[in-house]
Amino acid sequence: MPQDTTLAALNLDEYKFGFRDEDTYVYKSERGLSRRIVEQISSMKEEPEWMLKRRLKALDIYDAKPVPKWGGDLSTLDMDRIYFYVRPADRESRSWDDVPEDIKRTFDRLGIPEAERRSLSGVGAQYESEMVYHRIKDELSQKGVIFDSIEDGLRNHPDLFKRYFGTIVPASDNKYAALNAAVWSGGSFIYVPPGVEVEVPLQAYFRVNTENLGQFERTLIIADEGAKLHYIEGCTAPTYSTDSFHSGVIEIVVSRGANVRYTTIQNWSKNMYNLVTQRARVESEGRMAWTDGNLGSKLTMKYPSCFLVGPGASGEILSIAYAGPGQHQDAGGKMVHAAPHTTSEIISKSISKGSGRSTYRGLLKVHAGAVGSVSNVQCDALLLDEAARTDTYPYIEIEEQNASIGHEATVTKIGDEQLFYLMSRGIPQAEARTMIVRGFIEPIARELPLEYAVELNRLIEFEMEGSVG
Amino acid sequence: MIDDRQHIDAPLLSIRGLRGRVTDAPEEILRGVDLEIRRGEIHALMGPNGSGKSTLAKLLSGHPGYEATGGEVLFRGEPLLALDPDERARRGIFLAFQYPMEIPGVSIANFVRTAMNARRAAEDEIPVLDFYDDLQAQMATLQMEPTFAERFVNEGFSGGEKKRSEILQMALLKPELAVMDETDSGLDVDALRLVAEGVVALARERTSMAVLLITHYQRILNYITPDRVHVLVRGRIARSGGAELAMEIESRGYDFIREELAPAAV
Ligand SMILES: Nc1ncnc2c1ncn2[C@@H]1O[C@H](COP(=O)(O)OP(=O)(O)OP(=O)(O)O)[C@@H](O)[C@H]1O
Ligand SMILES: [Mg+2]
Repeated sequence: MPQDTTLAALNLDEYKFGFRDEDTYVYKSERGLSRRIVEQISSMKEEPEWMLKRRLKALDIYDAKPVPKWGGDLSTLDMDRIYFYVRPADRESRSWDDVPEDIKRTFDRLGIPEAERRSLSGVGAQYESEMVYHRIKDELSQKGVIFDSIEDGLRNHPDLFKRYFGTIVPASDNKYAALNAAVWSGGSFIYVPPGVEVEVPLQAYFRVNTENLGQFERTLIIADEGAKLHYIEGCTAPTYSTDSFHSGVIEIVVSRGANVRYTTIQNWSKNMYNLVTQRARVESEGRMAWTDGNLGSKLTMKYPSCFLVGPGASGEILSIAYAGPGQHQDAGGKMVHAAPHTTSEIISKSISKGSGRSTYRGLLKVHAGAVGSVSNVQCDALLLDEAARTDTYPYIEIEEQNASIGHEATVTKIGDEQLFYLMSRGIPQAEARTMIVRGFIEPIARELPLEYAVELNRLIEFEMEGSVG
Repeated sequence: MIDDRQHIDAPLLSIRGLRGRVTDAPEEILRGVDLEIRRGEIHALMGPNGSGKSTLAKLLSGHPGYEATGGEVLFRGEPLLALDPDERARRGIFLAFQYPMEIPGVSIANFVRTAMNARRAAEDEIPVLDFYDDLQAQMATLQMEPTFAERFVNEGFSGGEKKRSEILQMALLKPELAVMDETDSGLDVDALRLVAEGVVALARERTSMAVLLITHYQRILNYITPDRVHVLVRGRIARSGGAELAMEIESRGYDFIREELAPAAV
């Protein structure tokens, strides 16, 4: 029977993402956060003095800022139990042969070599807090494209790095951006020169593998004038019993006429606190698109944002969240129109099941003088059962009369009538539910590269297993 | 699988003393329906608004909001009423809905292919190209644009497009019994003829599909000559006859049947 095969495949997937390797760390910091830890991280990375100073300053900001109360419940997050730095191998490897065997096995199981065989152009993979495997195809380097680990970016391109690092998301932005600025480790550094279009997506894989491991990746992407790129980041994490913590910062510079798409699907384990700040500054005629999938974690607070600072700039956020039992997905987006004729669109889709809760939290701001700006916000919530919960907090601040704003929100339950219609054609109930959910997220899935759309559907199917009844 | 060849003379569908209601509403809507349909036969079911025609269709297809309170239904010789709707469909029952549902984000092609594969073993899925050939051929017969296959199920369809899409699904799924609930209403003359020809082809020529055709109007019966016509009044079949009964109703309305029934019904 078809149902049985699906079930077997899904159980294999559970195994696939739940395995756990022996710990083989070269260096593992003590638990908790202190000045000493920050100094150690900086010295392990052999950083210049200015970077250490910035880290320490960020630590002060972090200590001074209170835990935010407006979003999800952070009261059970115990910072003293977290490792702030883990490095799995003593150096970064550039070729596949240099990657240690057990890490290779992990990558095998995550399917990275397959992704490579699909001739993806550059694969940067983060294992724990450090890049261990990183490669760019020759033609990209020849065009002047830089795709490095963030550490290599600092080492090899100090001027470019210093010019942009921390300018899009300053340490003072929020408590967790400050934390990241103090202890960041791993992430990508990308620069695309003027007029260069990178046609194939650049990808990085992230994986957290130590109990109570804090992961503080930091990514800086600079698209110079007229440049074009698509960056994809996917995360999976095995399941552990105590709470883990992830707090990333993504900064993107979209110069005049440049075009950047950033796609991420996170599937952190269900005990993960996932607090990420991702923001782009978009110059005139530039275009930024965030595609943001949040499936895993205990609590995610993530609001990709676009600051549209040049005339004609545009921003797009496609956000999809799945909140199963015990999960809270607090996601959405921010659009700030700070120049004339800027356009933005936010499409948010959330699915909640059982005690799962999904929140749309969005800010739309149109500054005085941003004449002729157009913004459209659409958020749709799908509830899989009676217990599921969703709420919407759209903040709208409009200082310009001459602007056009649209906002629409819908909440739907999977209806008996829809299910019956599909089942009356012979489709079993579980598959019928999955079809309805897939249809619901279709507007976002169609924007993804095919293998990611398939993966997204598969992960949601996997999560929905057992929701029947 | 049930081997029907052994009882070739047995009716495909037999309904005996069926009583039923909307779950949670105490009042019975069907109050003892008897009906037999053999392979390849076309039965028209008529009757005033609210007499229970759609209720019968929903009970036959297993809608969760309806329940049988008495009687039995055999389909291909097996009890039907305990089965889930998807199981009934896989055994060969198809309901063309009076009000088809919208399924946003799911294309007609994907929907029908999933339904076709649900009838097959996992290793025996219909090859994608064969499916598309089949689909496009049927759509051409029903004079639908090829791009229609990629539209989302019933979303933004006109009334007539919805009905046509139901017939398209029927033609591809090739059921043994099609229950068609007012498929003719909302169709323009040309569409009506196309749909009727499609039904006749399936019933008389290709697959000896049986049909229970719920309708208010004689006009579809100009194209589809029914073997039997039944009139449902207040949850019972008040009258059965040949094709001429539909003509009589067309000219006289239902009152003459109601009147005949009145003394017995109290
Ligand atoms: N969900 C429901 N809740 C309560 N009553 C219902 C429900 N569905 C149907 N009924 C009642 O059951 C009776 C029969 O309805 P049904 O839809 O079967 O009639 P019908 O013969 O198909 O009518 P029509 O010709 O108008 O389509 C009607 O009185 C109707 O109001
Ligand atoms: Mg009806």
